[in-house]
Amino acid sequence: MNPLDTPLTRRGFLGTVGALGGALALAACGGKSTPPGTGGATGAAAGGASYSGPAVKLAFWNGWTGADGDFAKQMVDQFNKANPNVQVQMNVYQWADFFQKLPAAVQSGNGPDVSVMHIDDIPTQAAQQVIVPIDEIAKALNLSGSQFAPAVWNGGMYNDKRYGIPIDVHNLGLFYNQDLFDKAGISAPPTNESEYLDALDKLKSKGIQGSWVSPFQFTGGFMFQSLLWQFGGDLYNSDNTQATWDSDAGVKALQWMVDLVNKGYSPKNVGQDADYLALKNSKNAMNWQGIWQVNDVNKLTSPKIGLAPLPKIGSQGGVWGNSHQFVLPRNGSNDSNKQAAARYFIHWFTQHEAEWAQSAKVPAETSLQQSPEFTKLTDLKPFAQEVPDVHFPPAVAGIGDATGKLYDAIQAAVLGKSDPAGALHSSANTATGILSSNKKKYG
Amino acid sequence: MTGTVTAERTQSQATPVRRRPVRGHGVATPYLFLLPYGVLFIGFMVIPAAYGIWISLHDYDYLLPHQPWVGLQNYTDLFKSGTRDSADFWNSMKATGIFTLFSVPFLVVLPLGIALLLNRAFPGRTFFRAVFFTPYVLGVAVVSVLFRFLLDPNIGVVNTYLHHLGVARNIPWTTQLPWAWVSLVGMTVWWTLGFNAIIYLAGLQDIPRELYEAADVDGATNWDKFRHVTLPGLRPVMVFVITLTILASANMFGQALLVTNGAPANQTRTAIMEIGQVGLRQYRQGAAAAMSYILAVVLILISLINFRLLRNRGEA
Repeated sequence: MNPLDTPLTRRGFLGTVGALGGALALAACGGKSTPPGTGGATGAAAGGASYSGPAVKLAFWNGWTGADGDFAKQMVDQFNKANPNVQVQMNVYQWADFFQKLPAAVQSGNGPDVSVMHIDDIPTQAAQQVIVPIDEIAKALNLSGSQFAPAVWNGGMYNDKRYGIPIDVHNLGLFYNQDLFDKAGISAPPTNESEYLDALDKLKSKGIQGSWVSPFQFTGGFMFQSLLWQFGGDLYNSDNTQATWDSDAGVKALQWMVDLVNKGYSPKNVGQDADYLALKNSKNAMNWQGIWQVNDVNKLTSPKIGLAPLPKIGSQGGVWGNSHQFVLPRNGSNDSNKQAAARYFIHWFTQHEAEWAQSAKVPAETSLQQSPEFTKLTDLKPFAQEVPDVHFPPAVAGIGDATGKLYDAIQAAVLGKSDPAGALHSSANTATGILSSNKKKYG
Repeated sequence: MTGTVTAERTQSQATPVRRRPVRGHGVATPYLFLLPYGVLFIGFMVIPAAYGIWISLHDYDYLLPHQPWVGLQNYTDLFKSGTRDSADFWNSMKATGIFTLFSVPFLVVLPLGIALLLNRAFPGRTFFRAVFFTPYVLGVAVVSVLFRFLLDPNIGVVNTYLHHLGVARNIPWTTQLPWAWVSLVGMTVWWTLGFNAIIYLAGLQDIPRELYEAADVDGATNWDKFRHVTLPGLRPVMVFVITLTILASANMFGQALLVTNGAPANQTRTAIMEIGQVGLRQYRQGAAAAMSYILAVVLILISLINFRLLRNRGEA
């Protein structure tokens, strides 16, 4: 099977690929008893466009603990049915545990055969050789930078080698409570600062605190970053050697969030996840929330939750986002058949990217964002619309250590423990120190 | 090993008749009985602990090919202000200290009271013993998530009822001090007091009944009996409970991680959270090992003081 030229024909080809995969699988069924080694691991050379080796089992680890995990399981089942000689077993861990377990498992030779991680974790794991380069898969899939937003495409790179195959973009959007909007007489979701504040005043007159500000990374940290970009700032300088979130734009962004609390548009002391739960309980009217919750709000019979792009509070568009990318963990067993099958699985999954979007994600490939399979998912449209404005975490090894300091500062300010400028300034100083010590460590 | 033990037993069964009537076992028998624990203790405690010292002397990341030797720098950095970890680490040590200081007295005294009550004869005693012990069987994640939602400042059940009763509004149970400590200490006491109560209960049942009868004959009041019979009788149990509770409190991790997640501004981030963060999320095992050793030394010192104090009082 030759890699196909354009994504458009590739999509048209999906059915054929599936059928061929099935046929190959059937052909391989007869060779089930083939001892390892004799079955050709041609898939590896071909970058995973097909797999014709003996039957193998693959372990697939990810951190999809929510509804997206259920959806991934369905896709894995679909893959397993179509490919009887490659059986994928999926294991889900909390992302927080995931990055303790995965490196340890890989190091001891018990790592999974295939995995998924976020853009900002790829460089750290690549530098530590937890994952291996997979340029040839990108080649076999005929992927090129022009098909993706630059940050998504470059986020999969580390030291000029490709480690991640992007499958989605997941970003923030405005989740609003339609029932409360009706009650306050708000006709449409706000799109800019004056509309936002106007909506908040209308809600306030009905006794509703309309925009709960979370002091935690979910979602206060994401809200801050979106505002920072909207006001023209950025997290780090261009070569990622200095934290710059204490710029005027940063101070403005954090002050804006703190003002929501001070002016009574948000209660004080919002607990973890309370901003989102209150939205669903009709206590909060607007939440800057991740696309991954779309399927969750759609399960509600009441209240109705509407979805819209983030309002432009600053002078330009700015939306926090991230991307899931497939990675190949370093394999201790060196079983070339497994490696070939894992490549084939990544290949297959990437070609079903439009289906994966149903788990409430925007497809990573820009052309797929216009595809009928995706555009029929109307709930996700506002999120896809925002993609040009989405900023991703920088792809630098150990970047999470530095950004963690930002989340501490946001919390201190939103909880009224310190003033925004002071908190941002001292955390940026600390983070700059961390960047330089990480640079020394990871090179 | 099984063969040896069987041989020993056969021998020891035979010995009383033939040669050495007094000795009941072979020379190696006690050590053989200790062996299974010894293997685990050496394998999972002694060797890792010693290896940890080695790790703490390096800029250690087990995933990287080179682990540069840094000598004592991981330790000295912690005592130097302005270094990457010193402020966060000592802040977390302080958090652990506060939690221990406030949870231990409750966890030592309350279970004793409950054990005294549950030691009396009354209908439904077994039921109540079970009731007090039940929370202890729940996992930390279950308890913590439960309390996080019960105690949510704005949408929690507790604040809703307090508001309806007109007591207070929107107490920030999980996001501000001192409330976050009240929550963490309170839920931990609720969760683990059953365990200490069971140990006290076992201790109470070991105190000879004759002592109480003798005290009755001497005309002792209930307070006298508690003061002069119960408390001295419980002293070894008490030492055990206090030591264990201090160590358990100093290792507090899950509750703070899940209920407050360190809020506000990392003031409830405990030492174990900090060590986990540095060692497992930032992949700096050298610095994390150094922190662990400092925490361990502090705990050893506290345990020694604890033993000494309680022993001296016993001798007095």
